[in-house]
Amino acid sequence: MTGLGRLGRLVLIGVPFFWLALFFLLPLLIVGKVSLAESTIGIPPYTPLIAHDGRGLKLLATAANFALIASDDLYLRAYLGSLGNAALATALCLIIGYPVAYAIARCQTGRRQLLLFLVMLPFWTSFLIRVYAWIAILEPNGLVNQALTSLGLIAAPLPLLNNQFSVELGLVYSYLPFMILPLYGSLSNLDRSLIEAAADLGARPLRVFLGVTLPLTLPGIAAGSLLVLIPAIGEFVIPDLLGGPDTLMIGKVLWDEFFNNRDWPVAAAVAVVLVAALAVPLLAAQRFLERGHAR
Amino acid sequence: MALLEIAGVSKRFGATTAVDDVTLRLERGAFFGLLGPSGCGKTTLLRMIAGFESPDSGRIVIDGVDAAGLPPYARPVNMMFQSYALFPHMDVAGNIAFGLRQERMDRRRIAARVAEMLALVQMPGYARRRPHELSGGQRQRVALARALAKMPKLLLLDEPLAALDRKLRAETRLELVGIQERVGITFLVVTHDQEEALSMASCIAVMDRGRLVQTGPPAEIYERPASRLSPNFVGEVNLFEGELTAGFNCLALAVTGFPEPIPLPSGTQLPKGGAAALVVRPEKLVLSHAPPAGFAIAATVSSVGYLGGGSIVHLATEQQKALKAYLPGTAAGAFGRGTRVWVAWPAEDGVILMQ
Amino acid sequence: MIPPRAAGWFGLGALILGFGFLYAPIVLLVLYSFNASRLVTVWAGFSTRWYGALLHDEAFGAAALTSLEVAAMAATVSLVLGSCAGFSMARFARFPGRLVFGFALLAPLVVPEVILGLSLLLLFVACESWFGGPSRGMLTITVAHATFGACFVSVLVRAQLTGFDRALEEAALDLGARPWTVLMRITLPGIRPALVSGWLLAFTLSLDDLVIASFVTGPSATTLPMAVFSSVRLGVSPEVNALATLFLCVVFLPVAFAGWLMARAERRRQLTQQVRGE
Repeated sequence: MTGLGRLGRLVLIGVPFFWLALFFLLPLLIVGKVSLAESTIGIPPYTPLIAHDGRGLKLLATAANFALIASDDLYLRAYLGSLGNAALATALCLIIGYPVAYAIARCQTGRRQLLLFLVMLPFWTSFLIRVYAWIAILEPNGLVNQALTSLGLIAAPLPLLNNQFSVELGLVYSYLPFMILPLYGSLSNLDRSLIEAAADLGARPLRVFLGVTLPLTLPGIAAGSLLVLIPAIGEFVIPDLLGGPDTLMIGKVLWDEFFNNRDWPVAAAVAVVLVAALAVPLLAAQRFLERGHAR
Repeated sequence: MALLEIAGVSKRFGATTAVDDVTLRLERGAFFGLLGPSGCGKTTLLRMIAGFESPDSGRIVIDGVDAAGLPPYARPVNMMFQSYALFPHMDVAGNIAFGLRQERMDRRRIAARVAEMLALVQMPGYARRRPHELSGGQRQRVALARALAKMPKLLLLDEPLAALDRKLRAETRLELVGIQERVGITFLVVTHDQEEALSMASCIAVMDRGRLVQTGPPAEIYERPASRLSPNFVGEVNLFEGELTAGFNCLALAVTGFPEPIPLPSGTQLPKGGAAALVVRPEKLVLSHAPPAGFAIAATVSSVGYLGGGSIVHLATEQQKALKAYLPGTAAGAFGRGTRVWVAWPAEDGVILMQ
Repeated sequence: MIPPRAAGWFGLGALILGFGFLYAPIVLLVLYSFNASRLVTVWAGFSTRWYGALLHDEAFGAAALTSLEVAAMAATVSLVLGSCAGFSMARFARFPGRLVFGFALLAPLVVPEVILGLSLLLLFVACESWFGGPSRGMLTITVAHATFGACFVSVLVRAQLTGFDRALEEAALDLGARPWTVLMRITLPGIRPALVSGWLLAFTLSLDDLVIASFVTGPSATTLPMAVFSSVRLGVSPEVNALATLFLCVVFLPVAFAGWLMARAERRRQLTQQVRGE
């Protein structure tokens, strides 16, 4: 735009940049720093990085926290458990979300907007409360067990809560809209004439789906999967409310390490490893979203 | 002093030269047309006059003031955009008044000027409407009113009729000319439509691939094209290429395969032996069943296209050359497909082009 | 091609099951908020006693007030920051640090909340030990929420700016307006739907946040999600059902309004394009 002036540009870019550098990038660096410290009594409850020890400045970095994480298989199991749960949830969201997105894409334009709005609406109501709602449904005295018992289908209440099943259910429930929207985006951009051409050339419906629709909606699938997988790995609320004693997810481990054990350096180290593990899909997500804008 | 002087202006975008050393003068009060096919650089030139691009070389002088470095809001030039660019969140009156508000004109004068402009484009009573409530033709008028409101020294119009349907286009053409005469402002219209330029402008500049090809009044552009480009673009032509040679009483064009050389217009002063091209407009061709006195070419009618006011007759000569003739009214009725005819034209109606 | 009728039934089935799954818990919450009995198992008749209990509950009341104040402030700061950021990314194709800036704008949207919360808390603690810094409480929660809110707003603003007709800005410049005037009078009004929904989005996200607030808060500040969380950790609580229903109403209205605004803007834009193409 013909010159907002260099000062204008500086302000428009600089102010948010400075804010984000201060409140996002710098904190991440501090997490890295604390992960190299030792836990102590005091405020703050960790040792400083650089200290004076009479003769000069000394670097007090220790890799003890990382060693602890590597040695105690609790953490490894938690990382893998998170990854496993998140991956399963992503797959389930895909299986459930694809037909829904497909059905919406086939509707007329006016109705489509309404349906999309209805898909997003639960997202706007409290996440916490929606997760909590499942407790009432899944608990031994909850709705499902009540219904099944009164229908005479079961004798004793099913253990639907505080286990793997409820955690997966909660994950899928919370992240489903994030899968549906990008899928819908891809499906609505699909050129119907391609499908018709394939059918015209003799392909049966299943072949058309596998050979034309699915490959062409791969960008939507990728976007939705990233939007579900990455946050789900570090999810805390769902495993805490709906999970049981054997539910090991890294978000919960981090919380416990921090609030219950009061071991900040270890919590920081857990966070560093988590960010490192997420770095690759994170960069993929950014590359993806940027390409969407370049188009 | 000319209102607008463009001297040696060039503009490059990367490897492409959009405008190549263009020099032009616009006189005050003229209705000037800049004509050319898509991609010829006319829009780029327009944007440089308006101030949205700056030339890599050359000067643009508006009413005696060098426009170099002047931003668009500081130039006494206003533009009517091809997409109209009406502000969607303002009503019609707000749109027209926008430029006046930037001048800090007082409220009452603004209201009076807005009413005046609406009357000028024949849309009184539309002041409170919003752009999305208007039809394409109505939006065009509002865009014109908005651009005229500030009474600029020069009004630029970017393909003003492109988005209108055919009938509306013809009506609006006349209106634009009428408005320009009433208001007395210098208009510069950029268009790819030959009919538009020929019928509206008092002076036309033809551009192709960044270069200025010819400048002059419409009749001259049409009847006496200065180079191969002008006629090929401006209207239909029949083109003969060959060598200059001596003819019967005059200079003639010897074309390979044709038995006789084609007589050229009698004033033509050119050395024999050089290569040249002859251009004849379809409406100048005369068809007859019997061979006429004087020069004629034998041909067969390959198709006749009825246009309502006349017909285009496509012919093929014995040398397999395609010719086009335009016959008014129902005269083409006498020449059905396959008829053998003789094609002739007054030698004075041909135009010689140097390569 | 899938025979139209079968596709129709399949589609309808998918929609019913999908939306049923999404909305069943919400519907149940609303229903049970009017249940006279405390237990989910027994329907004891229609009653609004839990709403009464909720309104008299001081802890919830104070928490709600805190949350509303924080959300309003955070949303406003988010709007300013996010609009600047979205504008910069959409309009300035190249500037030093654009890659890092872009990353910092997108990463908070996907990074797990526990990491965002932990990192911010460590920052505030470090500030306290270096500068005797701000004590943790409403201020720190507001700052935290403004940070990720800004990222969401920037996405919306950038998207709407990308579709914005630049010819409108050029026309304004041509008519004598200076660049700053063009920004204020043409560009910003032009992206108003993104600004409004951006503020509402940031407001809702702030109101809903549990994890980050829990990390960065201080002894004095309790937000509504924190109060709800401590309540539901102990099991189903009927007061929370009433709260959930109230919440739905409070959130549904502004969001529906924002949705309606954007739909109207979209219809207008399509109408403009249609007529222009004639």
